[in-house]
Amino acid sequence: MNLTKTINGKAGKRGAALSLDPLRNWWAGAPGWQRWAVYILLIIGGVFLPSEAIGSFMAPSGASWPSMLSDQIAIYVLLALGLNVVVGMAGLLDLGYVAFYAVGGYTIAIFAVRYHWSFWETLVLAILFSALAGVILGAPTLRLRGDYLAIVTLGFGEIVKRTANNSSFVNGPRGVQGIPHPPSLSEFEIFGVQPLKYGLLDSRPYYYMLLAFIIIAIIFVRRLDASRVGRAWASIREDEDAAELMGVPTFRFKLAAFAIGAAIGGSGGVVFAAKQTSILPANFEFIVSALILAAVVLGGSGNIPGAMLGAFVVAWLPERFRFLDEYRMLIFGGALVLMMIFRPEGLWPSRRRKAELAEGGGGMGSMGAEVAGPGQSETAEVGK
Amino acid sequence: MLDDFINQFWPSTIDGLALGAIYALLALGYTMVYGVLRLINFAHADIFMVGTFAALWTVRTLGVGTVGGIALVGVVALSAVVAGLITAGSAMLLEVTAYRPLRKRGASRLAALISAIGASIFIQQLFATVVVYRVFGTSKEGGRLPVDEHFKQLTNVVDVGPIQISNDKVIIFVGAVLMMIALDQFVNRTKLGRGIRSTAQDPETAVLMGVNIDRVVSVTFVVGGVMAGVAAALYFLRFEQTNYFVGFLLGIKAFTAAVLGGIGNIRGALAGGFVLGLLEMYGSSLFGSQWRDVVAFTVLILVLMFRPTGILGESLQQARA
Repeated sequence: MNLTKTINGKAGKRGAALSLDPLRNWWAGAPGWQRWAVYILLIIGGVFLPSEAIGSFMAPSGASWPSMLSDQIAIYVLLALGLNVVVGMAGLLDLGYVAFYAVGGYTIAIFAVRYHWSFWETLVLAILFSALAGVILGAPTLRLRGDYLAIVTLGFGEIVKRTANNSSFVNGPRGVQGIPHPPSLSEFEIFGVQPLKYGLLDSRPYYYMLLAFIIIAIIFVRRLDASRVGRAWASIREDEDAAELMGVPTFRFKLAAFAIGAAIGGSGGVVFAAKQTSILPANFEFIVSALILAAVVLGGSGNIPGAMLGAFVVAWLPERFRFLDEYRMLIFGGALVLMMIFRPEGLWPSRRRKAELAEGGGGMGSMGAEVAGPGQSETAEVGK
Repeated sequence: MLDDFINQFWPSTIDGLALGAIYALLALGYTMVYGVLRLINFAHADIFMVGTFAALWTVRTLGVGTVGGIALVGVVALSAVVAGLITAGSAMLLEVTAYRPLRKRGASRLAALISAIGASIFIQQLFATVVVYRVFGTSKEGGRLPVDEHFKQLTNVVDVGPIQISNDKVIIFVGAVLMMIALDQFVNRTKLGRGIRSTAQDPETAVLMGVNIDRVVSVTFVVGGVMAGVAAALYFLRFEQTNYFVGFLLGIKAFTAAVLGGIGNIRGALAGGFVLGLLEMYGSSLFGSQWRDVVAFTVLILVLMFRPTGILGESLQQARA
C-alpha cells in the first residue's frame, strides 16, 4: 500500500509541473474587486468573441465564425455546464445526456409548432419538462451505482431518440420543421449587430442569447456548488456510503443533480431548435452525449471553467480543422486518447478533484461500482 | 398484436437465439474486460466491426463460387479464424496503445472511459476514411458489399417438426456455444484463466501471489477479441453486409446484455445475451420491429430496478466463472 501511495504521489507531482497552481493561488487570495474585474473582462471578451478579427483566426477556412459559435461552441459549453453538475459535481456517470437536450428541443417543436406558444413560454416549459424527465429517469435508477447507472442512462438516451423516430406525432425520422425563431425583443443596433433581433441570417443574436444562458447557468451552478448542496454532492462523489451515514440524504441530492443538469440541457435544446428551425431525431445521437462527456472530462470534471474549456476544445477543434476534411474525426479520436494519456485529470481540474484523483481509487464517487478499497489503476502500478 | 406474437413465436425464438448468441459472444469481451479493469471498453464494438471486415475479406478472397455443402461451412470456419486472429491483434494493440499508458499513470476510470470513446471514434474513422477504400475499393460507408450468391446456400431452410430453421442460424448457434464452452474451460481450468479470475477478485493480492497483471490484462483483451472476431464472422454469415458503423448499436446491445446478466460475470453475459436476443425478437413481433431497441432498453431498466446487479449478480469470482 505504501508503495502505491508514493507512486501516486509522484504522478501527482508530475502533473503539477503543468498545472495552473500559481494562477490558482493568486485567485484564492484575490480581493473582491480583482475578481469582479476578471469577471467583467471575461464577459466583455465573451461579447466581442464573434468579431471578425477573432473569427479570422478561429475559423479561417471560410466557415462562418458566428454561426460556428452559436451552433456548436456555445451550445456545447452550455451542455457541458449541465453535465458537469451530474458527472463532475455529483459524480454520477451519465451517458445519455443528449436525451434531455432532445426533450428540450422536442418541447419547443411540439408546443411552438402545434399550439403556437411563444418562445419564452416554451423555454420555461421545456426547462420544466427536461427537469421532469431527469426526475423520471433518476427516481427508479439512481439507486444503481456506477456503470449500471451509465448503461441505464445510455439506454434512456436511445429510448428517447427511437421514440421520437417512431412517433408519427413528431413526424418520425423526418423531424419537425418550421419551428419559429424567437420574437425579436428590440431592433436596436450596436457596432453593426442587432443583438436582440432573432432572424434567419445573423447567428450573433443567438450566440448572445446563449451567452446570457451560460452566464446565468454559471452563477446558478457556482452558487449551488458553494452551498450545502454542493458540499453534499462532493461527499456523495467521494464516498456515498459515508455521506449517507453522516445524514446526507444522498438520493434526494442525486436526484437534484440529475434534474438541474437536465434542465440546463433542455434549455440548450430549445435554443438549438429555435435557431435551426427544425429538428430531427438524428440530431440527438449517442455521439453527442459522448462528446459532451468528453468535454467535461477533458476540461477537468467538477471545475466550471475546466468544463467550459473542454467544451470549447471539443466543439471547436473538429470545426477548425475542417480542411482536413474526412480525416478530422479520425484525428479527433486519436487526440482524445492522447490527451487522456498525458493529462488524465483533464486540462483544468479543480484542486479538490485533483487531490481526490491523486489519492487513487477514491474520487470517482459512486462510479466505483461497489468496489471497496483501491481501484485497479494503482494496483496496476504495483504490477509494474 | 397478440396473434402476431403467437404466429411468430417459433421463428422469433430461433431468430432471438441466433441474435442472442452473437450478443453473448460480444458481451463476453465487455464483461471480461470490465471484470479485470472495471472499464467499459467502448472500442470493443469497433473491434467487432474490424472482425466483420476481416470475415468479408476472407469470404471474398476465397471466392465461394465453386464450393458447396460442407466446404462452405469450412469457409465460414476459416473466416471465423481469420476474423478472430485479426480482432485479437487489434484488441491487443488497443490495450497497449490506449489503456496501458493510462493504467501506468494511475489515471481515473473516467479518463479511461473517455480514452475508450476516443479509440472507438478513431477505429471507426480509420475504417471509414482509409481501410475500407484501400482494401475493398468501395465507398467509405462500406454498405452492402456484394457477396457471391453461392454463399446464400447457407440460408437454406431445414424443417424440424413444425419449425423451420435455416442453416446459417444453426451454424451461428452451434459456433457460438462451442466458443462459450471453450472460454468457460479456459477461464476455469487453465493457469492463465486462474490469473484472470484472481485479478478480477482482488488485484492487489493477485500481484502478491505472483500474477503478472499486464499479462493477465493482455490475455483478457486477446480472449475478448477472439470472441468478438468469431461473433463478427457469424454476424457476417447472417447479414452478409457490413459497414464501419455496424458495431455501434450491436456493441451497446452487447454491453446491455452484459449488464443484464450481471457485469463481470461470464455466465451472466451468456444468459444476458440470450435473454436480450429473445426479448428483442418477441418485442418486435409484439410491437413492431421499429420498437425493438426501445423494448430492449426498457427491459434493461426494469430488470435493473428489481435486480440492481443483473440477473446472475456481478463479479467474475462469485459465480465461479
